Amino acid sequence: MKKSWQKYIFTILVIAFFSYSILLYSNDNYNYQVNYDKAKAIEGQLVWQKYNCQSCHQLYGLGGYLGPDLTNIISAKGKDKQYISAMVKSGSKQMPAFNLQKNENDNLIAFLKATNASGTADPRTYTAHFNGMITKNGN
Amino acid sequence: METKERPNLGLYFLASALLMLILGLIFGVLAALNYIIPGFSQDYLGFIQLRPLHVSCIIFFILLGASGCVYCGLQAIHPKTVSKPLAYIQLILWWIAIICILSSYFQQQFGGREYWEFPPRYAIIIVLAWLIFLVNFFIVAVQIKKWPVYIWMWMTGILFFLFTFIENYLWEFPYFREHFIKDLTIQWKANGSLVGSWNQLIYGTAFYLMERISGNRSNAKSNLAFALYFLGLFNLMFNWGHHIYTLPTESYIRYVSYIVSMTEWIFLLRIFYTYRNTLTTAKKNFHYFPYRFLIASEIWILLNMALAIIMSVPAFNLYTHGTHVTVAHAMGTTIGINTMILLAAFLEFFMPHNEEYIKGSKVLKILYWVTQFSLLIFWLTLIIIGIKKGLWQMGAQTASFGMMMQSLQNWLYIFVFAGSILMVSISMISIVLLKSFFRKKESDS
Repeated sequence: MKKSWQKYIFTILVIAFFSYSILLYSNDNYNYQVNYDKAKAIEGQLVWQKYNCQSCHQLYGLGGYLGPDLTNIISAKGKDKQYISAMVKSGSKQMPAFNLQKNENDNLIAFLKATNASGTADPRTYTAHFNGMITKNGN
Repeated sequence: METKERPNLGLYFLASALLMLILGLIFGVLAALNYIIPGFSQDYLGFIQLRPLHVSCIIFFILLGASGCVYCGLQAIHPKTVSKPLAYIQLILWWIAIICILSSYFQQQFGGREYWEFPPRYAIIIVLAWLIFLVNFFIVAVQIKKWPVYIWMWMTGILFFLFTFIENYLWEFPYFREHFIKDLTIQWKANGSLVGSWNQLIYGTAFYLMERISGNRSNAKSNLAFALYFLGLFNLMFNWGHHIYTLPTESYIRYVSYIVSMTEWIFLLRIFYTYRNTLTTAKKNFHYFPYRFLIASEIWILLNMALAIIMSVPAFNLYTHGTHVTVAHAMGTTIGINTMILLAAFLEFFMPHNEEYIKGSKVLKILYWVTQFSLLIFWLTLIIIGIKKGLWQMGAQTASFGMMMQSLQNWLYIFVFAGSILMVSISMISIVLLKSFFRKKESDS
């Protein structure tokens, strides 16, 4: 392969891409109140993954489409940790019952508290602007 | 540069890809049945198993198909340079990974991440297979003096797949899991670029096919072709943020993605248009089916381009995010664009180039049209379901999620019905192709 202008453009784009990646990896600017057990929440994410909850449910609108978004389920009206634990244990017509260990259940609840603390997934909390961009209400 | 020798090495990858396609379609329909029959087959093979089975089989189809097309192309360019033992080791590694991953779902072992997930230990086998692919690619590529655009695209696809596939496992390090939002951001950065990387392999194949069918080598070296390539690469690197507009993360991610996304797709149509006009009637007939499948992909590019642009505007994205409009786009691009291009390539490499034989193949003609129409109904139905859900999520939400889903039942029946027809027609095309593969193997031996 001879030296060509394509090589230069490719190199510039690759450098830009890796610089952007490093910027994102190093970003720790997440300003939300940690009102949950952080260590349990990190373990709880692994419980979420182990039982493949994502195949049916969403977090921030990302995930499966068979069940509802669970980002803020812990603070939803009429839904608390007892409700979630009971739902996981008994299942429903559409959802299988999961036989979680007590510590798995506690960690999963901590994870859902963490997702709830991180923000709201309700798209109605955004305002759309004339240029097509959106901003979070109150920002 | 190119010889008329019919390549064989890549055909084993293509045959494997077709098997994965048929399996993926069957699992897809079984999964979709859960929308109209709640808890369908939950006691034997529930939705939490069927969804990853479907997704993984389709991704295996795309990756094996794209790898096979690259090998067919490389072998046609430099017949004796590609290392056959390395390619066969790569294929064996793929099959080990496939068996391990699919059986893990049956044992209810998951990776649990969104989109393509499986127990992380099996990712090592795929990385090894891909490293071999990388080596084999460069063994040939370094021999080529002036790279046509499809060689650039294949190189980009291979390199970026490797990087983003590994990036997808950064969550294994606690540092990346510490903040849930950071984890989601990096997950979707990797997912978005991962899809972009295999798209590079497939669009590269489309360019290679155009050159092969038209016999015109100047298109793949034109400035316009390279402008398109760099536009695609730019999007692969920076447009992934349109998946996470509503995530509470840095606003610059939103701005970068919005601006970059708006530049997408534009040049590809122009190239296709130029290519179509360069073909003579004789060539269109000689490559009857590959040509028609490429044209179908062109129409699907147009439809999905319009949808992608709408979805990439944050204000509209509020209505489409987390709805079936996103699924329509994923299905439209995977089936309408990627599968059509790959089927065009498979038909080009598998089927005899005999005008009489091809024109007489009424079954393929019927299957072609059934596929296009059922895909159109499938795609439109998903958009309608998505719009209805979008209006619900942006409205007062007086109905619960369950009630909203219940109100979509009639549309969900159409979605499953169209999906089933699509499954049958594409599977039958795959079976016709597999028969050609085995006939060809027999005649070669």
